[in-house]
Amino acid sequence: MFSFFKPKPPAAEPATPATPVESAPLPVESRPGWAQRLKQGLAKTRDRLGGQLAGLFGVGRKIDAELFEELETILITADVGVDATQALLDTLQKKVRRENLTEASDLQAALKQALVDLLTPLQAPLDVTPHKPFILMLAGVNGAGKTTTIGKLAKLYQSQGLSVLLAAGDTFRAAAREQLQVWGERNNVTVVSQEKGDSAAVIFDAIQAARARNIDVVLADTAGRLPTQLHLMEEIRKVKRVIEKAIPGAPHEVLLVLDANTGQNAVTQVKAFDDALGVTGLVLTKLDGTAKGGAIAAIAHACLARPRSIPVRYIGVGETVDDLRPFDAREFVEAVFTA
Amino acid sequence: MLENLSGRLAGVVKSLRGQARITEANVQDTLRQVRLALLEADVALPVVKDFIEAVKTRALGQEVLTSLSPGQALIGIVHEELTRLMGGENAELNLAATPPAVILMAGLQGSGKTTTSGKLALLLKNRKKKVLLASVDVYRPAAIDQLRQLGKQLDVAFFEAGDERDPLKIAQAAQDHARKQFYDVLIVDTAGRLAIDEAMMNEIKALHAAVRPIETLFVVDAMQGQDAVNVAKAFNEALPLTGVVLTKLDGDARGGAALSVRHITGKPLKFIGVGEKPTGLEAFHPERMAQRILGMGDVLSLIEQAQGSVDLAEAKKLADKVKKGKDFDLEDFKAQIQQMRKMGGLSALMDKLPGAGQMTMPAGADDKAINRVEGIINSMTPLERRKPDIIKASRKRRIAAGAGVQVQEVNKLLNQFEQAQKMMKMMGKGGLSKMMRGMKGMLPGMR
Ligand SMILES: Nc1nc2c(ncn2[C@@H]2O[C@H](COP(=O)(O)OP(=O)(O)OP(=O)(O)O)[C@@H](O)[C@H]2O)c(=O)[nH]1
Ligand SMILES: Nc1nc2c(ncn2[C@@H]2O[C@H](COP(=O)(O)OP(=O)(O)OP(=O)(O)O)[C@@H](O)[C@H]2O)c(=O)[nH]1
Ligand SMILES: [Mg+2]
Ligand SMILES: [Mg+2]
Repeated sequence: MFSFFKPKPPAAEPATPATPVESAPLPVESRPGWAQRLKQGLAKTRDRLGGQLAGLFGVGRKIDAELFEELETILITADVGVDATQALLDTLQKKVRRENLTEASDLQAALKQALVDLLTPLQAPLDVTPHKPFILMLAGVNGAGKTTTIGKLAKLYQSQGLSVLLAAGDTFRAAAREQLQVWGERNNVTVVSQEKGDSAAVIFDAIQAARARNIDVVLADTAGRLPTQLHLMEEIRKVKRVIEKAIPGAPHEVLLVLDANTGQNAVTQVKAFDDALGVTGLVLTKLDGTAKGGAIAAIAHACLARPRSIPVRYIGVGETVDDLRPFDAREFVEAVFTA
Repeated sequence: MLENLSGRLAGVVKSLRGQARITEANVQDTLRQVRLALLEADVALPVVKDFIEAVKTRALGQEVLTSLSPGQALIGIVHEELTRLMGGENAELNLAATPPAVILMAGLQGSGKTTTSGKLALLLKNRKKKVLLASVDVYRPAAIDQLRQLGKQLDVAFFEAGDERDPLKIAQAAQDHARKQFYDVLIVDTAGRLAIDEAMMNEIKALHAAVRPIETLFVVDAMQGQDAVNVAKAFNEALPLTGVVLTKLDGDARGGAALSVRHITGKPLKFIGVGEKPTGLEAFHPERMAQRILGMGDVLSLIEQAQGSVDLAEAKKLADKVKKGKDFDLEDFKAQIQQMRKMGGLSALMDKLPGAGQMTMPAGADDKAINRVEGIINSMTPLERRKPDIIKASRKRRIAAGAGVQVQEVNKLLNQFEQAQKMMKMMGKGGLSKMMRGMKGMLPGMR
């Protein structure tokens, strides 16, 4: 029924003619390296924002209404959103009054601090060692970067000396399984997939296989879905229930993958997926582009009203296996919002 | 978000009502609300600024000042201006080239290029065109396989590139093949790329130069935020874009990126993506999009109509029930359906709801379906309506016979009811509009 897909030889998977073009390693040499691209991306961001901020907070400039409006512009164009921006500016305004600030430059530190204060509750690294197997389930809207993130996480956990198994839970999108299988090959890890069958069944099998083989970490991929598709939200709830049934207490981490390009809908996504699944962590992808990912601040702000905030476990900074980093609030603010 | 804006605009209208004319201060205030609304819809800030200027110029003119209903006139101008900016006309796909007419897809990672390639192939196939699909995405794992599978699924030819790994060579070979085999259209799917990735932007420029497409479509995710302006600008400068496809509009994003991209590129929005399936492609309608971005749909008239015709006591009873977490039974289900009918039926309601206009109405999800559902519930005994769990095979047969439908339809209804029940629990203390929106999901055949 299902097949274990072993990197070499790939003969065990009849439905997957190994296409040399696709299973070949990324021709990275033709593209700028990830570090360079990250630098480029962040530099662009920095140039724009940093440039703006340097002008704003320049020596001798006084705090005035115009300055606040410019600040508002910067936050809004970073996708921080109307509500969070207003809250941040209110904080700044209060500080100005309370501490009798007059110099524009004083405002820079205050803004950074306000952002860091907002984002610090979201900084909490993920430890996958308390359970064995530790089951991670990835969810998110279409094209956010779930499958790619699994490829990166497999490498990360392997580099920590853990054994990893992937579950091809996207049984819907064309070649979603084959995509995950390539990531399995790249990392030399097993991918459990089924020719037919639903997501829950594949993941259930993967968990059983992981137990039998004494695997440390299971990464379960799921199909992209928009929260408006109620039946698909119901389906993913079922996936979670089946995981719970396989191992009480699992999944140990439900990661919601968000695209840094996303605007205010990111807040809606967090709410909807959290309501359906109880999201325990976020991954913010595609931060190597020009999008600043400020929606994370909007999310943090919206989470203030909720009983708990959901940490950002990782950020994605490129398309290769190494392009994953832990989230660090201060670093994020430094890199994305300020010079 | 939606409730937010509706509330805002309703507030605006209220504050303007009863005043003979709008003072300048008054307009400022209104425009600030519109500005916030647009920002919440993810329209990029520079675009919002331009837009507000345009509206201001018009609103401060006579039209509004002498209007009998200043509030309506102002909102009307906002809506009109937005529609105008968004295109005014709905642009067709241009295939007027010596065959094969080439369509080149471009956009960020994950925006929906490959899926849209499949959708376009189906659309053109249905127009009796001979279509060839080709993928030059040699980077993303299984990207080529994805398009190959879509081609197979749609019974549209897919160009096999063999061992070739150079995107340019693949494109040229595909074009060659298309020419020799007399294909009408060649669709070239490309890898997702960042606008700041110089090597990749150069690659797509070279691809464009090589295949000389008649259509170069920029594929944009409707959920995209403020950065849409930067990305659109970069792609528009790198490539002579001919049109834009806005994907994932079946979600609840307000889609402000549509306005941003249109404003920056000046290129027509040609299609919208409204689903993952190959059939989820529709023509772009500027007016609907304007309503969606504003989030007001025809909220005002909906509110009026709702107040006039919906039995408020009935609605409240239901809301209370939901709030208390009491069981939502088939009686309630029927009551909801009856209310919906009072409001002019499903199609009328769908037209008025913000965002709903973008939804496809699958076959069967029409007012006839409402009738059928009602018929089935009417054939049930009061006990069955209260305790649908007791409806087993023999009861189902009796109900089906009574309503003049197949047993499957009874099953379907019961499934839908179960969904609805879950939804009511989920919605908790949702308001009327939320409730009405939710109802779409419970009707036959709708996603
Ligand atoms: N630049 C960049 N691209 C990324 C990053 N993460 C993912 N991508 C790209 O985004 C696209 C979508 O990624 P996938 O991993 O397929 O996304 P997904 O969420 O699994 O998509 P579906 O399964 O179709 O819903 C691919 O082209 C990836 O290479 C990132 O951090 N940076
Ligand atoms: N709900 C919905 N999903 C869509 C739509 N268009 C595309 N998708 C989904 O979005 C995800 C990404 O689509 P792709 O077609 O793979 O995107 P792409 O631009 O080719 O991605 P890369 O090649 O990785 O850059 C997939 O899960 C698609 O099924 C749409 O209109 N609605
Ligand atoms: Mg995927
Ligand atoms: Mg693609």
